[in-house]
Amino acid sequence: MSERASVQQDDQAESEATEAQEPVTTGAQSVIRALENAGAEYVFGVQGGAIMPVYDALYDSDIGHVTMAHEQGASHAADAYGIVSGEPGVCFATSGPGATNLVTGLADANMDSDPVIALTGQVPTDFVGNDAFQETDTVGVTQPVTKHSYFADDADTVGDEVGEAWALANEGRQGPTLVDLPKDVTKGETDVEPSGPEKPDTYDVPEEADDENVQEAADALAAAEKPVMLAGGGVIKANASDALRDFAFEYEIPVITTMPGIGCFPEDHELSLEWAGMHGTGYANMAITNTDCMLAIGTRFDDRLTGGVDTFAPDADIIHVDIDPAEISKNVHADYPLIGDARDTLRQLYDAMPAAPDADGWRTQVQKWKAEYPMDYSTPDDEPLKPQYVVERFSDVTPDDTIVCTGVGQHQMWASQFWEYTEPRTWVSSHGLGTMGYGAPAAIGAKLAAPDQEVVCFDGDGSFLMTVQELSVAVRENLDITYVILNNEAVGMVRQWQDAFHEGRRMASEYPWIPAFDKLAEAFGARGFRLEDYDNVEETIQAAREYDGPSVIDAIIDPAENVYPMVPSGGDNGLFALSEQHLEQL
Amino acid sequence: MTGEMPGPAPDERMRPAGRRNTQGIRIDPEAEVTHEPRQAVLSALVEHEPGVLAEVSGLFSRRQFNIESLTVGPTEDDDVARMTIVIEEPQPGIEQAKKQLQKLVPTISVTELAPETTRRELALIKVSGEKPDDVNAVAEMYGGQAVDVTADSVTVELTGSQQKIDAAVEAFDQFDVHEVVRTGTAALERGGHTLENDD
Ligand SMILES: Cc1ncc(C[n+]2csc(CCOP(=O)(O)OP(=O)(O)O)c2C)c(N)n1
Ligand SMILES: [Mg+2]
Repeated sequence: MSERASVQQDDQAESEATEAQEPVTTGAQSVIRALENAGAEYVFGVQGGAIMPVYDALYDSDIGHVTMAHEQGASHAADAYGIVSGEPGVCFATSGPGATNLVTGLADANMDSDPVIALTGQVPTDFVGNDAFQETDTVGVTQPVTKHSYFADDADTVGDEVGEAWALANEGRQGPTLVDLPKDVTKGETDVEPSGPEKPDTYDVPEEADDENVQEAADALAAAEKPVMLAGGGVIKANASDALRDFAFEYEIPVITTMPGIGCFPEDHELSLEWAGMHGTGYANMAITNTDCMLAIGTRFDDRLTGGVDTFAPDADIIHVDIDPAEISKNVHADYPLIGDARDTLRQLYDAMPAAPDADGWRTQVQKWKAEYPMDYSTPDDEPLKPQYVVERFSDVTPDDTIVCTGVGQHQMWASQFWEYTEPRTWVSSHGLGTMGYGAPAAIGAKLAAPDQEVVCFDGDGSFLMTVQELSVAVRENLDITYVILNNEAVGMVRQWQDAFHEGRRMASEYPWIPAFDKLAEAFGARGFRLEDYDNVEETIQAAREYDGPSVIDAIIDPAENVYPMVPSGGDNGLFALSEQHLEQL
Repeated sequence: MTGEMPGPAPDERMRPAGRRNTQGIRIDPEAEVTHEPRQAVLSALVEHEPGVLAEVSGLFSRRQFNIESLTVGPTEDDDVARMTIVIEEPQPGIEQAKKQLQKLVPTISVTELAPETTRRELALIKVSGEKPDDVNAVAEMYGGQAVDVTADSVTVELTGSQQKIDAAVEAFDQFDVHEVVRTGTAALERGGHTLENDD
């Protein structure tokens, strides 16, 4: 148990920790025992009628509980916990509205393959189907956005079902699972001890890729003149960052990441092109467009990465390594499909490479692009504070393992572009679903998963307002998190699109009034700072970092600032715009 | 000024020569392959438990796979049900459908049945009872039989391939069809091969 767990039940649990585990007597106890067997450390949740028996069983457990302000917060905190720790994050909610409030977080975890297990209370089995108080068809609602949703119907088997849901969330391509727990099942008597987490028999997890296919792929890559590696979130999920680095360093192949892949390769290395796609770097987008052979690992070729598939890496042979066979040739055809674990398969490929590709010219070209398309921005005296500057200064003074969380919008893009990432599991964001409001609760989950690492959350004013209530949790748990609100008094990303694609008709994108976030922070019991001038950037960052507990910097930034480079939706990555003028030419 | 960045304009950049089609397949200028939709019969063994049908049909609708029919029923094993799903998709769509279906937790196995597979569909056709003898004659032509006859209606039962049932329904049109119900295709591979000894 982490020191930082300022959770009510801890003292009591610790005094009992030396005693042997009591045998289970109810379904609820067997649910909690299954979580203990799996190694759960924390639960993020909100109480309520139908889940009460499960909470009652948690009373006697060493597992810490963090009471969140809203179940959406619980699901995002669990998601971030899953990203940072690599193990499933756990969230609890009651039936009906509690369960439906989890849905956004489950959908988010499903899109980003984050390991999460949700346990929801349900009305007693006899009432199911009668529109009972707080009844929702939780399995029906969540099935499309989870790896699988279980309906528990027996106190004797519910513990094993929870164990299975844990294993399913964790193994193969990670993702969210849910177990719906009717109250009569959790209250029901049982003496069956659940076993450890075990995946369902029908769920196969591929390990090594086929050797012959690996050899063919390695031969193709070795023969390439313009090779790149494209590293997705799967590299981080598979703990394959070291294998990726070994491969890239040995064979001197430039590395592009996807957004979820940020951190798997050090951005300060000369082979790093950072990340490609809609707001990726110019050099990554040039390289990904002009490559003749791409080794893509653990990516699902999302449309924000590829732009239009017709113009995506159109000259490239694609080697696609993925643990999920359904990702192979889903969006972009794989010439060399390799189904397997990213780490194992990278090691196989490493050994199979007959030689390094002869790519001196290409590497020179890539460096030229880096010089031609620098990620520069200007800081004129007569314009308000630029967000990029705030992000860069923060990145400069923090340790390499600092964790960055974000909301969704322009601020998310600046946080990913102008922070320098060098370690896996330090970038915690909402990619596939693009969920505003993700940041505030995610920072809580991240901090509990890595109490010894600094956690910074760059949030937008709009995103922060969606889950700001979770600040109360950060204060209550005394979590040392720095929230930086890049405040442009607008849903800026929408404003940018309106200016670019809707003749500047700014419908519902600017806030005529917005709360002072520094004062709001103080009202919650956090430390608040207001930042307006370049002169104060460093000292404000310093003061916020030094404060022991959650702090909020309300950074008043230039509302006119836009995010570039930009590939319009469905566009050609190689034709990224660097200005509004470029957009008009496209 | 407002986040703009330096660098050559789009029209001054190195450009690749190739192109992909909408399915993400590189277009070979020599032989352009486009995949036309075709019919595929998928047979899946699934765990016989509540919610499985909803899970499978939900998958097909949310991924926009074009379903022609879906049937489900028990098998020789009480714990296992078999689904027969007929879809009309280009080859990559068929591959995707198989893989996505295989991914569902209750799915035990998925196979695309060979074109020469035995396929049958059951139909009940209720037509006007004015000309019972003529109705019987047409029913016999299609190997069917009347299963319910009243003063104003005759109900005919037919089994056969989808094409045969289509033709029969058309033939019964002359008698003023009141109602038709069709089960959708059920199919088993020819010969000794089974889904269970598949892998
Ligand atoms: C829950 C949700 N609702 C709406 C959107 C659409 N959306 C995308 S970015 C954005 C603007 C976000 O505003 P803010 O958090 O202030 O970030 P900014 O772009 O200003 O940095 C909106 C509304 C979304 N992504 N998520
Ligand atoms: Mg904003």
